[in-house]
Amino acid sequence: MTESEKWEPKIVAFLCNWCSYAGADLAGTSRIQYPHNIRIIRVPCSGRINPFFILASLQAGIDGVLVSGCHPGECHYLTGNYSARRKFALLKNLLEFIGLEEERVHFTWVSASEGTRFGNVIEKMTEKVKALGPAVKLVKNPE
Amino acid sequence: MHVLTNEIRRIARDLLKSKEVDLVIGFEQGTMHLRSTPCFVRDAADADRLVWDDFCQNNLAAYVAKREGSTAIVAKGCDTRALVELIKENRISREQLVIIGVPCEGMVDSARIETELDHGAIREVFKENGELVVKGINSERRFNREAFLYESCKRCRQRNPVIYDKLVGSEVKTSGDDSFQDIEAFEDLPTEERWTYFSKEMDKCIRCYACRNACPLCYCQECFVDFSSPQWIGKSVDLSDTGLFHLMRAFHLAGRCVECGACERACPIGVDIGKLNRKLCKDVQELFGYQAGTSLEEVAPLSTYRLDDPENFMFEL
Repeated sequence: MTESEKWEPKIVAFLCNWCSYAGADLAGTSRIQYPHNIRIIRVPCSGRINPFFILASLQAGIDGVLVSGCHPGECHYLTGNYSARRKFALLKNLLEFIGLEEERVHFTWVSASEGTRFGNVIEKMTEKVKALGPAVKLVKNPE
Repeated sequence: MHVLTNEIRRIARDLLKSKEVDLVIGFEQGTMHLRSTPCFVRDAADADRLVWDDFCQNNLAAYVAKREGSTAIVAKGCDTRALVELIKENRISREQLVIIGVPCEGMVDSARIETELDHGAIREVFKENGELVVKGINSERRFNREAFLYESCKRCRQRNPVIYDKLVGSEVKTSGDDSFQDIEAFEDLPTEERWTYFSKEMDKCIRCYACRNACPLCYCQECFVDFSSPQWIGKSVDLSDTGLFHLMRAFHLAGRCVECGACERACPIGVDIGKLNRKLCKDVQELFGYQAGTSLEEVAPLSTYRLDDPENFMFEL
């Protein structure tokens, strides 16, 4: 196998404690198969995500970043995901604007009952990031 | 002397004499021609230091801060937009502020004039028939001031003060047409070209933070770049570090940037900082219908939400 065929992307997933993390948990207890490329970081709410977390991940050489929270209207803190949605819209556009690949950073909603959806999201995201190849832009001291 | 100078001096003198304020922030003639610098007047006798001309380019809102007494500030359109945001963010109270509003016809880019003159010595500068006359030792050059305005001034949408207590002179016609064409053109470029441009610009940055210091809305006591624990961001001029710095700097100004261009003017290297800010201004306006610094009532876009905010950027299965 060549180097590039062996390469597996590293994806960081910031999941909100109340919905998406529970969704991931359900995916696990339901024995749903999905790629092992993600590293989950649990956060209290998608509103907790500082855009810097996402940029810092990219700087550290992470190939893809996923942020997932409760569906609109289902936030444990009532409005955290609404505030987050505004921030994410701006951040996603800004990152695209500077020329970062569109598929590196993604936002989605996964509820606690959506174990299957969680598995599908990870599968599709991994596929997309794999197609892009390793991250180089914004990475500090790339090899 | 500019016609408005006398008016500004008179107002400043009256305000200081009557003890309505104990500080007036305005502009005075700089040590060099083609430069006016911020000036802090505390004594009515010093009011004659104040000037108004084509080179009052600093955004003076950067100098107002919470203090005991009341402050008067000479403010152009963009300065008042910044003041509006500062008042909304509880940075200053409206009651302690006397705004001397000056309708602005755009400021002249002195660096460009100096380049035109090949950095030769300047003896005298005055205005004649709307033209800027610059006299050297044995030379005289005339400049059409409209052509030499800062880019941010050319596309300025708010030349008249948004809020003021005293208006100096009469309101000017606001050009009012910024359709973000440059940003749209950039968005249409292929991804790789955009990245090449961005990385080339970031590569120039020497991390002096002049952009941050000149910005009226970058006022955090401790900026994220100064933190060492946690160290949010590396201090090097590595492309990744400078890139992150500029992205975060711009993002912190999302929905707050008043497009005064102070950051671009402060940059000693000429990094195209404004592009990031303007992209965010455009998005904030398009997605959330907000233009910073134009209303004291409207809630800041990132402090609020609508149930039907756009979601087309979300990941789709």
